[in-house]
Amino acid sequence: MHTLRLAALSAGLKAKKFSSAELTRGFLQRIAAHDKQLNAFVTVAEESALKQANAADARLAKGQAVALTGVPLAQKDIFCTQGVKTTCGSKMLANFIAPYSATVVQRCDDAGMVMLGKTNMDEFAMGSSNETSYFGPVRNPYDLNAVPGGSSGGSAAAVAARLAPIATGTDTGGSIRQPAALCNLTGLKPTYGRVSRYGMIAFASSLDQGGPMARSAEDVALLMNVIAGFDSNDSTSVDTPVPDYTADLTKSLAGLRIGIPKEFFGQGLDTKVEQVIRDALKQYERLGAKIKEISLPNSGLSVPTYYVVAPAECSSNLSRFDGVRYGYRCDQPVDLVDLYKRSRGEGFGAEVKRRIMIGTYALSSGYYDAYYLKAQKLRRLISDDFKNAYKEIDVIMGPTSPTVAFNLGEKTDDPVTMYLSDIYTIAVNLAGIPGMSIPVGFVGQRPVGLQLMGNYFDEARLLNIAHQYQQATDWHLRAPKGFE
Amino acid sequence: MEWEPVIGLEIHAQLATKSKIFSGAATAYGAEPNTQACAIDLGMPGVLPVLNKEAVRMAVKFGLAVGAKIAPRSVFARKNYFYPDLPKGYQISQYELPIVGKGSIVIELDDGVTKTVGITRAHLEEDAGKSLHEDFHGMTGIDLNRAGTPLLEIVSEPDMRSAKEAVAYMKRIHSLVRYLEICDGNMQEGSFRCDANVSVRPKGQEKFGTRAELKNINSFRFVERAILHEIERQIELIEGGGKVKQETRLYDPDKDETRAMRSKEEAMDYRYFPDPDLLPVELDAAFISGVKATLPELPDQKKERFVAQYGLSTYDAGVLTATREMANYFEQVADVCKSPKLAAELGDGRSVRPTE
Repeated sequence: MHTLRLAALSAGLKAKKFSSAELTRGFLQRIAAHDKQLNAFVTVAEESALKQANAADARLAKGQAVALTGVPLAQKDIFCTQGVKTTCGSKMLANFIAPYSATVVQRCDDAGMVMLGKTNMDEFAMGSSNETSYFGPVRNPYDLNAVPGGSSGGSAAAVAARLAPIATGTDTGGSIRQPAALCNLTGLKPTYGRVSRYGMIAFASSLDQGGPMARSAEDVALLMNVIAGFDSNDSTSVDTPVPDYTADLTKSLAGLRIGIPKEFFGQGLDTKVEQVIRDALKQYERLGAKIKEISLPNSGLSVPTYYVVAPAECSSNLSRFDGVRYGYRCDQPVDLVDLYKRSRGEGFGAEVKRRIMIGTYALSSGYYDAYYLKAQKLRRLISDDFKNAYKEIDVIMGPTSPTVAFNLGEKTDDPVTMYLSDIYTIAVNLAGIPGMSIPVGFVGQRPVGLQLMGNYFDEARLLNIAHQYQQATDWHLRAPKGFE
Repeated sequence: MEWEPVIGLEIHAQLATKSKIFSGAATAYGAEPNTQACAIDLGMPGVLPVLNKEAVRMAVKFGLAVGAKIAPRSVFARKNYFYPDLPKGYQISQYELPIVGKGSIVIELDDGVTKTVGITRAHLEEDAGKSLHEDFHGMTGIDLNRAGTPLLEIVSEPDMRSAKEAVAYMKRIHSLVRYLEICDGNMQEGSFRCDANVSVRPKGQEKFGTRAELKNINSFRFVERAILHEIERQIELIEGGGKVKQETRLYDPDKDETRAMRSKEEAMDYRYFPDPDLLPVELDAAFISGVKATLPELPDQKKERFVAQYGLSTYDAGVLTATREMANYFEQVADVCKSPKLAAELGDGRSVRPTE
């Protein structure tokens, strides 16, 4: 059952080939058997999962099921889940149980989905390798010496290893797409505002967006149908109609105009990765698409812009973790300042502290104009590049990551090199457009992802473009050895 | 040497909305600690603010009543600082683009002289909770019921030249917000409080002296006394060869003195930036004219009408329109007894108490 994808799982449940309880127990057993190797889960929610599965079975029996009723999933541990721990990968929240559920979680619950557990992640989603987690690094199922990517590395490893049929991730600078690429998955970062951020612990509020990580575009579409849409609890969520994301999957790509930004194929891109990407583009030509080289002249400014905006917002967002009301508090504080200093000093890891310091500096009086305000201006230029490009093309394609998965520990001592692993994904967040990564081949054992970047609210088209490729290829079906 | 005080006030008026500015929790005063604080007010991880439209309406109402320009686009910003009764580690306020721009109000002094005081701006923000230092055996209790209560901060120009003028201005604003029914004006409960910026300069000099900010004064009497003391302190200091330091001072009503809280060097860097969780507030002309239509007869208009309609003296009309309740009472009595003069005497208590 663990090899089935969402449509088959849903059909099997409705045809009573298996029950949600059987399905859930099956996945829980796989987690118990395999996750010691991977460390993909921070919390396995066995008890509540079985309860949800029984409720789903009752709903299926009464004929009140919707598309994904009874289908298990894993939630990234950044989404608050009422009654189940939400750690955000941090010592600060190691024992935190939220009194409410995130909108994304609530919508999955309402659809009758079963939450298997909460997946490991970089601390507060700050990282590209899952090595900043307080709960230890996650390993890549395709090569246990390699990182799974980050920050949604636990979700990526869990889905790739078939420990969960699908999972949620969040993406602030590439945290869905990069781990999807490194773990041979299909991942979608929706348009900013398409999926509610309510209950998703904020890293950088103007960039954060949640989305699905799955083994096919169709699976991503099915989960998008559950989680996308306006939420009155999130002022930045957008009130535009939500299409059926599965409706356009089978449309032909004949005449599709693909733009290839020359800036994404320069120095820094691994030549073997480049070859795989070029082969994938040829496949698109065979599917009837037309390829055109384009330029995103300001894309080189993405990384520096991002590393002002994201830390600035995070320095403020993480102020609430002060040891006063919830979360980690130091032992025996002597006074208020001591309580703050030691609770935060002991509760946060090095990467989180580094970004809080960068952000605090960028917002301080006398530096605000030179850093934060300047970064906002650059952000507009980067967005304009995309807007101009979409006047003559339908989708932009390029590599998701400059290299395949790197080894554990390889970049941990060099934050700047680590930051550069998101060089192709960050511009999408700064512009707020939707982006995807799909599996297009391997270098050795390690997978390569192709990035698809669409115009605002063009998720359905991206899913169509991804699905058509997956109808013609089988890269996305290749399971990691030992986890088939 | 003759010295001239220069005074500006920042008034914080709690807006009389039923729920908080960014959450659905109730704002009623006096509930058991922490019973009116929801996940949003507590600053739980992942929560987001949603702006209360009623607070916006009330701010616009005030702006229109002081003849101010209502910003078609205003922006909420985060004011970052750590304090135990500030759950998120930042206060959501407005900084560069406030909802209410420049306006003015006319104050009347005891001698009947009127003076126009400029209003620099008024902006929306959330209140913090309260730290309770008693009854916790050397520790501090936090009550977050007040956290997230909407405030309108009304900033005046440094147009006042005496403690009396400052009090007259504060009373005028107090009367206005109650007329508009946007604030209950209850000063004991902290619904209406102010900070005063005070400096002195040699009479005739144009340049302002260095100012001190007096924090959190919650009665008309204390405002007058705090300012008088501060003026005296500054003059004595300068005449004794000293210099006024730019600093924040706290008025202690028990000792009737002000004392330093923190100097300019120790002033916090609030690292303001636009709150990415909230969209800019965009108001169109239709919304503004809709609010305009709900404006009641304002004190000045009422006063003029009382003079014209009932033949009252300006003084009587002023007394009778000081509060909306008094004005309504007067009009009812005048209607019943058919004698505005008698009603006026009843109304301002010169002959008998109104209740009699």
